[in-house]
Amino acid sequence: MNRTLNELRPGESATVRGLSPDGSRNIARRLMDIGLTGGARVKYLFSAPSGEPRAYLIRGAVIALRAEDAALVSTRAESEGSV
Amino acid sequence: MRPFQRSASRDAEPRANELVVALAGNPNVGKSTVFNNLTNLRQHTGNWPGKTVGSAWGRCEFDGQSYLLVDTPGAYSLIAHSAEEEAARDAILFGGADAVAVICDATCLERNLNLVLQVLEVTDRVVVCVNLLDEARKHRIEVDLAALEEALGVPVVGCTARSGKGTRELLRRAKEAAEGRTAHVPTRYPDDIERAAEPLKRALVALGIEVNARFAALRLLEGDHSMASRLAGVLGFPVGELPAIRELLPPTDGERVREEIVNAIYRRAEEIARRCVRAAGDDSRQTRWDRLLTSRLTGVPVMLALLAIVFYVTIVGANAPSAALGDLFGRAEQWLTGALAAVGASAWLNGLLSEGVFRVFGWVISVMLPPMAIFFPLFTLLEDLGYLPRVAFNLDRQFKRCHACGKQCLTMCLGFGCNAAGVVGCRIIDSPRERLIAILTNCFVPCNGRFPMLIALIAIFLAEVGLVSGGAMLSAALLSLLIVLGILMTFAVSRLLSATLLRGVPSSFTLELPPFRRPQIGQVIVRSVFDRTLYVLGRAAAVAAPAGALIWLLANVSTPGGTLLGQLVRALDPFAQALGLDGAILTAFVLGFPANEIVLPLAIMAYLSTGSLAEMGSFSSLRALLLNNGWTWLTALNTMLFSLMHWPCSTTVLTIARETRSAKWTLFSIAVPTACGMAVCAFTAALARLLGLA
Repeated sequence: MNRTLNELRPGESATVRGLSPDGSRNIARRLMDIGLTGGARVKYLFSAPSGEPRAYLIRGAVIALRAEDAALVSTRAESEGSV
Repeated sequence: MRPFQRSASRDAEPRANELVVALAGNPNVGKSTVFNNLTNLRQHTGNWPGKTVGSAWGRCEFDGQSYLLVDTPGAYSLIAHSAEEEAARDAILFGGADAVAVICDATCLERNLNLVLQVLEVTDRVVVCVNLLDEARKHRIEVDLAALEEALGVPVVGCTARSGKGTRELLRRAKEAAEGRTAHVPTRYPDDIERAAEPLKRALVALGIEVNARFAALRLLEGDHSMASRLAGVLGFPVGELPAIRELLPPTDGERVREEIVNAIYRRAEEIARRCVRAAGDDSRQTRWDRLLTSRLTGVPVMLALLAIVFYVTIVGANAPSAALGDLFGRAEQWLTGALAAVGASAWLNGLLSEGVFRVFGWVISVMLPPMAIFFPLFTLLEDLGYLPRVAFNLDRQFKRCHACGKQCLTMCLGFGCNAAGVVGCRIIDSPRERLIAILTNCFVPCNGRFPMLIALIAIFLAEVGLVSGGAMLSAALLSLLIVLGILMTFAVSRLLSATLLRGVPSSFTLELPPFRRPQIGQVIVRSVFDRTLYVLGRAAAVAAPAGALIWLLANVSTPGGTLLGQLVRALDPFAQALGLDGAILTAFVLGFPANEIVLPLAIMAYLSTGSLAEMGSFSSLRALLLNNGWTWLTALNTMLFSLMHWPCSTTVLTIARETRSAKWTLFSIAVPTACGMAVCAFTAALARLLGLA
């Protein structure tokens, strides 16, 4: 099942499939730089008091993302394995 | 004038036979710790991203070789997103270093290798330093350094910079790298990218691009505007516009090229990490503390409680030492007066030196030193633990609502120490619009120079006495409330700015939450006392002494209409009264423009031109003096409000001018808080008078 990063449940892991184009906001490159490239394993750890932003475990580091940025990252479920 | 960082040396020019080594690395990998360890400097390091703003230099010597170390701001990538990443990129590309040391975090090596591989695209004179080996061991992560060296083809050093292990070895291997004894194989990209890059690279070399032309060619292919304009600046003409270059840029989609390049680098990083890193445990990070500090139920209360506790400890702890110092300076002043009289100084000179210079100087020391010596270590402790990024995390939603960036919170925290430092710190914010908002609102956070006055006025007027513990608790709570008000003003003004002059949607937000680290108590104390306390105090004292002389002259030079000071106070009085202040207070704020620390002493001097203060620094004598001059609780409240919201001090204004490079925004940064403060004060004054409360 394909979901975007912000649709994960707390404690859930997934593998990154790719990033959606984001027009002029230039966030895609930033997300790639922190390690959100195809095949990367990501885990949703916890959220801020108001539910956003959320903290994800990305390549060994904990990184907070806002919902609309996380929505650019499409993922597939862990068990489906990598290509 | 940045108390949180400084240059090790003013002459950053390399000397003969000196090796220049640039330190690069992701944020929060202990880069500054490595730097400090090698140079014996106390450049400030904190457990959160974006501590090094601008570069710092330092020198050291090892094995007969002298080194000039250049610390660069943390960066995830050489593709710049923020002003500080741009600074890091430029230092590596154009800084003229003989070698680049890339510092990595052993606990997330894979992510760090992204930067290593990018730097290796610029130069192969690289030494890789795998830091935080102790932390990795705790997480049962083993890094095979020999295999990593083999895979990268450049020297690799293991290091635990906190205890100084491995840092000397880093110097030795940096020399090796500088001598070109490396064998790095560049990352291969998909064929079409390589085919497009090759002729472009040759064309750039022909144009005289001195930095690695392959790196430049790849950036042009992916449409990196910042890089294109930097190259244009280096060469003196717009490279991307040249027909010879343009025809080599195929009509490919820059975004796709970009994605292919990052993917290729990360694939290689994964592969290297697979070979060189063994993680015995699972990769789940300790998040127990994070749940307490960021959960819906406890996140915000814990934050407010910590704020109040820090203030409580500061107020209670500072009380007795402040009184003792005040007493000491009072007696010293008497001695000084006597001594000056004995050597035959005129009454005029005696007054200028002892009642002017010395008294104000003594006031600043006795009122400021104790709270700072307590507040700064506590604050540094929280910073070292890694708590500040959690605050930014908790509050990001609110900043997003104001169309601003959550990292603004980190710059506000810097503002507690010094607003000028906070303004410089705004470089960590990616979007220029959001960065400007953060700069313009930074002084709504009271800096250290304003705390002592706030504490004194709260203790005297609102909590009645600060000496009993109940009073101190009330003081801490009131001070916290005032800070919260400043934060609310920050939100309101940020929202207003982004709805009017700085219109725009919130940009992206990526904030790393580093692991909690056990603070090094000794270092915390040394750093907070020497780097912050003494620095800020030194600056305050340096300003206080001449200001004391000036105000004494103003108070003692007579004109037909009275003293100069008296005339100034009278001129400002009607307007000040409308704000619930008085002429002396407003005069003090105006004359206190060089430094907020001296506002209260200036007001006291203004009052003293008609009376005299028996004891310095004691709250009860101060209370008596202020009451004699017509102060009410409203005067005290509005003085505090105005202190929270008025023009930034001269240092901060200069810093804003430097950072924004715009006279318009600099003037605006003065006008915004001033207008807010005047409006709020006029409102409370009118309300209190209307209700007959004051």
